[in-house]
Order: sequence, then structure tokens, then C-alpha cells
Amino acid sequence: MTFFADAQEFLPALLGGLRVSLLLTLLSLLFGLPLATVLAFGIRSHNPVLHWLSVAFVEVGRGAPALVVLQFMYFGLPTAGLTLSAMASATLALTWTTGAYCAEYLRGGLSGVPQGEIEGAEALGMTWGDTLRYIVIPQGWRIALPSLMGFAVILFQTTSLAYTVTVPELMSQAYSIGSSTFKYLTVFVLAGILYAMISIPATWLSVLVEKRLNKHL
Amino acid sequence: MLHAVLTGIPLTLGVTAAALIIGTLVSLPLLACTLSGNRLLWLGARMVIDLLRGVPIVVWLFIFYYGVTLGSAKLSAFGAAVLGLGLVSGAYLAEIFRGAVSSVSAGQFEAGRALGMTSRGLWADIIAPQAWRVALPGYTTYGIGLLKDSSIASTIGVAEMVFQAGNFARTTGNGIVVFLLAAAVYILVSVPVGILSRRVDERMSAVVAR
Repeated sequence: MTFFADAQEFLPALLGGLRVSLLLTLLSLLFGLPLATVLAFGIRSHNPVLHWLSVAFVEVGRGAPALVVLQFMYFGLPTAGLTLSAMASATLALTWTTGAYCAEYLRGGLSGVPQGEIEGAEALGMTWGDTLRYIVIPQGWRIALPSLMGFAVILFQTTSLAYTVTVPELMSQAYSIGSSTFKYLTVFVLAGILYAMISIPATWLSVLVEKRLNKHL
Repeated sequence: MLHAVLTGIPLTLGVTAAALIIGTLVSLPLLACTLSGNRLLWLGARMVIDLLRGVPIVVWLFIFYYGVTLGSAKLSAFGAAVLGLGLVSGAYLAEIFRGAVSSVSAGQFEAGRALGMTSRGLWADIIAPQAWRVALPGYTTYGIGLLKDSSIASTIGVAEMVFQAGNFARTTGNGIVVFLLAAAVYILVSVPVGILSRRVDERMSAVVAR
């Protein structure tokens, strides 16, 4: 039963790392989702500069692997004289990724809002700002919600790559335990269990939400 | 600098292609179990799929590279990367294929059975050709995603593109352009594949009404 003895010994450090993983996920969503909303409107904009800037931002964020964006922020930016802490560069990188992916989901959600409702709001004399705030954005978000939740799970898993830029999250804790005790299998299996214990129920939840929302549409 | 990135391309493509082949092979038995109607097989496949998808790829790669030893032998970095990415792909592809099969209308199954077709003939001649068409866009999207995920192989030392870029950044202290270049290659490879798949999809739906 050495596995359980080892598990008991390693767990406190791993849980500390898990807290950092969750914090990084939360921060990226906190900054990334507003960014995504802006980008979604930017893509739909009739202003060519705004439109193409948003498209470029989204396409690069989705086209480049998260690992490349992470390493660019941490190892690349110092070349240009901008040195960020590990956590800051990881947050910045994952915010970009979140903004890019979620912009696409939100754009889909926004275009799912029936045109008639927008015309209705106009006929009622609502200003464009109020139409967005009370009609378009709440419904667009609702349609996009299951995809956004699915993305949040992927994002949580992607934070495991932040260990490459020395963020002390779960994977980085697991690796340092592994290299000092040589019990690689035990510690990585434990880390995997911790990731799975959060991602699997979260995925089920997003499927449940999708079914719930579909019932009302 | 360009040289550093370019030397990584063959391994990036190699890892992606090998993992996609393994993933496709792994997805078929998983798909068969989820569709079998046998509760036990269904439950087993569901658990495997959820577990493979619930654990980050980098954790699988570390388990296979650092954790698994067969006697005194251990997997090479390339082997561990292809195995890890392949298994995870198998889980995702099984879900894509399952969605495609369920889009084929029940009447097709019933008509096939009513005509006395064997279950093998039914699947090979009726269901698979229709499901494949529905699955193709998802399959290519997944393939492009896998191309990007192959960058994770750099963490266990597979000398693909990101590994080479990182090496260059460390040895020269010049990290900004080399990572931009690597990002550009990923985008350049994925854009034509995306366009091609959309075109194939359009042509297929033009030929056959759905």
C-alpha cells in the first residue's frame, strides 16, 4: 500500500498547486470573457479596421497553440524589454486564448438572437445601447453558455502547460516531487486524478446545462 | 532562426500524423462499445472516454514518459508522445463519430434490416458512408487541433517545432521573433486544411442531398 502512503505525503503540495491552477483558470476567464465580448462585436462591426483587427486577434489566438503563446509571453517579451512575472505572463497568454476562442462562441450566440427581437426593440424606441444590454447580450450569452462552459474545462486543463513558464501550479508541483523522489508514476497519476476530479464533473454539468437550455428554446 | 523552426516541422507533422492514425484506430472499438447496446460495454467505454478527456494531455505524456517502465525498458519521447496524444485523440474522435452515427436517421437502420442485410453489410454499405460525411468536418477540425496539441510533445523533449524555437530562444536570448515564426507556421498549416475541408464538405453536400 505504498501508493496510499505516498499519496498522503504528496497530497498537501499537490493541493497547493491545484489552488494555483484554479486561480489561473479564474483570472483568465475574468479577463478573457469581457475581451471575448468586445471581440465578438468587433468581428460583427462594419468598420473595416475594427473588423480586421478583431479577426486577426481571434485567428492568431486560435491558430497558435497555447503553449507557444505562453512561451512567447514569458521567454519572448523580455527580448523586447518587457519582463513579466510567471503568473502574469501565464494569465496574459491564457486571457488571449480565452478571448479568441470565446469570441467565436459568443459571435455564434449573438447571431442566434432573432433579428425580429432587435427590430422589436428598435420599434419600441430603445436606444442601441439598451438593445444590446437588455436584449442581445443576455440572450447571446445564454445560447453560448454550454460552449463557454466546455471551454472553461479545456482552459483548466490547459493551465497544466503553465508549468513550462515556472508557474507553481499542479503539474509543476507534481514534477518537482517526481524529480526528488523518483516516484514519477505515483505523483503523475495523483495529479491526473485531481485534474479528472474537477474536469469530468464540470463536463457533465455543461452537458446538463445544454440539455436544460435546449428544452426552453 | 528560420532554420531552427523549419527543422522542427517534420517531427511536428510526424507526431500529429502518427497520433491521428492511432487515435482513429482507438476510437473505433470505443465507438463500437458505446453503440453496442450492452450496458456493461457502454459503461466501460464511457469511463475510458471520460478519463482520457478529463486528464490534461501533458499529464498523460509525463505518465507514459517518466512513469511507465517495462522492466528496464522505457518508451522513447516520441513513442510516449504519440501514445499519449493518440489515446486522447481516440476518446475525442469516438465522440465525434458517435455524433455522426446518431445523425443517420433510424429509418436507414430499419430499412437495412428489413432488407435482410447482415449487420456488417448494413454498417459498411449504408451507415458508415453517410456517417463519414457528417463526421468529416469534425474530424478535420480535430486534426488541426491535434497539430497544435502536438506542441505539447516538446515538454518531454521531442525535438519538434516549439522545442526548437525554445532552444533557439534560450541559446541566443532572442525569443520574440522565433515564437512568432513558430505561431505563423501553425496558422499557415491549419488555414489551408480548414479551407480544403470546407470545400470538400460543400462538394459532398452538393452531390448528395441530406
